Amino acid sequence: MTGWFLRRLLGTALLVLLLSFLCYALIGLMPGDPLDLMLTADPKLTAADVVRLKAAYGLDRPLLARYLAWLAGAVRGDLGYSRLFARPVLDVLWPAFGRTLLLMGPSLALALGLALPLGVLAASRAGTVLDRVLNLAALATVAVPAFWLGLVLVVLFAVELRWLPAGGTAALGDAGVSPRHLVLPVLTLALATFGTFFRFVRAAVAESLAAGHIRTARAKGCGEAQVLWRHALPVAVLPVVTVFALHLGAVVSGALVVETVFAIQGMGRLVYDAIMGNDFNLALAALLLASAATLLANLLADLAYAWLDPRITYG
Amino acid sequence: MPSLNRRAALALAAALPGLGLARADTPAGRRLVVGISQYPATLHPNIENMAAKAYVLGLAHRPITQYGPDWKLRCYLCEGLPTIENGGAVPTDRPDGKRGVDLTYAIEPGAVWGDGTPVTSQDAVFTWEVGRHPQSGVGNAEFYRRVERVTVLDDGTFTLHSSVLDFTYNAVNDFALLPAHLERPVFEADPAAYRNRTLYATAPETSGLWVGPFLVAEAVVGSHVRLVANPRWWGAKPYFEEIVVRAIENTNALENALLAGEVDMIEGTLGLSLDQALAFERRHGDGFTVLYKPGLTYEHLEPMLANPALGDLRVRQALMYGLDRDALSSQLFAGRQPVADTSLSPLDTMHSDAVVRYALDRDEAARLLDEAGWQVGSDGMRQNADGAPLELTLMTTAGNRTRELVQQWLQGEWRKIGVSVRIRNEPARVFFGETVSRRRFDGLALFAWISSPENVPRSTLHSGEIPSGANGWSGQNYAGYVNPKMDALIDALEIELDLERRRALWADLQALYAEDLPAMPLYFRADPHIWPNWLEGVEPTGHLGATTLGVESWRRKSAR
Repeated sequence: MTGWFLRRLLGTALLVLLLSFLCYALIGLMPGDPLDLMLTADPKLTAADVVRLKAAYGLDRPLLARYLAWLAGAVRGDLGYSRLFARPVLDVLWPAFGRTLLLMGPSLALALGLALPLGVLAASRAGTVLDRVLNLAALATVAVPAFWLGLVLVVLFAVELRWLPAGGTAALGDAGVSPRHLVLPVLTLALATFGTFFRFVRAAVAESLAAGHIRTARAKGCGEAQVLWRHALPVAVLPVVTVFALHLGAVVSGALVVETVFAIQGMGRLVYDAIMGNDFNLALAALLLASAATLLANLLADLAYAWLDPRITYG
Repeated sequence: MPSLNRRAALALAAALPGLGLARADTPAGRRLVVGISQYPATLHPNIENMAAKAYVLGLAHRPITQYGPDWKLRCYLCEGLPTIENGGAVPTDRPDGKRGVDLTYAIEPGAVWGDGTPVTSQDAVFTWEVGRHPQSGVGNAEFYRRVERVTVLDDGTFTLHSSVLDFTYNAVNDFALLPAHLERPVFEADPAAYRNRTLYATAPETSGLWVGPFLVAEAVVGSHVRLVANPRWWGAKPYFEEIVVRAIENTNALENALLAGEVDMIEGTLGLSLDQALAFERRHGDGFTVLYKPGLTYEHLEPMLANPALGDLRVRQALMYGLDRDALSSQLFAGRQPVADTSLSPLDTMHSDAVVRYALDRDEAARLLDEAGWQVGSDGMRQNADGAPLELTLMTTAGNRTRELVQQWLQGEWRKIGVSVRIRNEPARVFFGETVSRRRFDGLALFAWISSPENVPRSTLHSGEIPSGANGWSGQNYAGYVNPKMDALIDALEIELDLERRRALWADLQALYAEDLPAMPLYFRADPHIWPNWLEGVEPTGHLGATTLGVESWRRKSAR
């Protein structure tokens, strides 16, 4: 098991390295360099000015040379400066990362916290009115775009009722993050994710309830609650773990749409702005962080399989 | 030990009285929150040009000169504009036969940086040194190329020796002074790293960086810049003690923040789109003042003149006669965006009405197209003698709702005169960064120019400004327009110092523009400024000079 874990860890590191090059190359090959755009927008700039600025920003060197220089710096712990924000990359990245964690963590927890019991409940009452209502609600949350849901919540709770703030992460001038400011974006994200989790839980539990070991448990006289929670759910939870692990990556990569609607400068917005602004250093650091988190979450999911299902072993 | 010195300076700055006011210290009535849709990438006055930065700096960093809301050049940090008439500007003869000018500026008496250090001529010298340095990252090299030398006459007076004498000779709007006492050590430590290590990026809360009615008290990347009244401001005291400029990129979220009371006003140049503002005014107009300020943003169609059809003046004129632009303005923009006849705004002092106006006249359009050899075919669409249809590709920035609506309208209107239009849009960075700048469009490109008052269109209309691989794709004459008469007018205009003679040249240029149609004018964009009914004194400029340069007159209505 330890050997398998170390091999997976090494494979993950190599994948991150490969991704770093791919991301760098893709951003570098995007059309419309911002300095060329400056030349288009500012009649006072000459081609010589652009050449000078490209040299000043190190953009005059070949892509591979720039990537290798970046990699050497990254190994030393120097991720360079963000071109968009004129600050060290980590100074921009960490606050955004913190805000995204505070946004995505509770929303995932809330979505799962709702989906798990309701999914089990729906599966155990399959075909009833309750099951249909829950299914319909879950479908609605999947079908409704997150931005629309967010805007509706803002109009209702911030504009009309004025119970909650419309956006941001704290009152202006206040440091940190205020829970009041997180209520609406967390609720939006949780509702947007809930449907997916719910449908996975319901389907997995329904399938598990039809399995032979459940019939055996019932024959042995187990109560319905015990059948559900002790015998059906542990088996059903495996596919849910997979979906959850995939969503864990989003905890780091952020939710662009919701961050935009609620004016939160999180990882989603940061990655978007960095890519659109050809901010190599920032885009790369943010994308790699998100990629590494997704890969690690999948690694954890694999470990969770072995823990949840004794039949699974890794050699 | 430059870093230790800097820290000491920062600590000293933070300890100065009157700074770092906590939010709770500001009475609610003396605090104003402005919503804009963009966060400034940097607060350094001379690195990168962007509207969001200009807006913030209007509050905290006064330029030496800038155009005022009356579109006239004025001094903000100097005692008076140097002119040839008052002797402050002295023309010089240059070895190449051209004329330069020596400009002497006297710094406004009493002008001090936020930490109390006087603004001196040494700051001007330092700013010029930074601007001239090839590695400093300062964008506007044109100004620093022109100014070959700075001479210090005394602490408060300096002379800029410029190699160019044109009618804008005394406008030094891009020469924003930097505090030498704080920035020189940072710059001299490593000029190549200056753009990243400048205190404007690393410690913008340093009071000594600012020279305006407000000081930056807090800058949270991507979120907001909080400014507090500058206790050492020597000018008229502003009514507000704290102004927060909050960046909310999504305009729907920005509108919601306004309605929720989280921002007090929305800046027009960086706020809601016109259609959003019109809808907002219909729903919530009672509680807010909505001012539509037409300005210098000129929406037009750039024709690729290498295209044989568009290279024919009769076709361009026919296309103009085929449009009812008054209907466009009234139907799509509620009449808020004035129809353009040339690239010069009606608000510009040099605007001329003596030009050809293309009102809707489909008969005339048909006559011109017939004359140009484009006859109506059996399907009602026009074609030439070879049977090739008159089909034009119309491009613009994908996702720009207003422009896409205008495109569809153009397509419909031109179909009525038998001209077929194929729409092909691209993301802005591809459209401007590749297609337009490299002249890769073969039909019409719909976009806008933003300029300053009395802006001579050299870069867009002079034959020497056609971008090509040979000139590194510089210049903005994307249409490829060549007319020696236009070249001569531009050359003459730039160096004509006499106002009335210049006015005559401008009139000729506009008449030629409307006749020749190097670009096809559509309308001037209007920016919707929204502020609460209790606020007064805000005077949007309509040009690139920020509205915030007049912040001293902003106040609550009850506070006279």
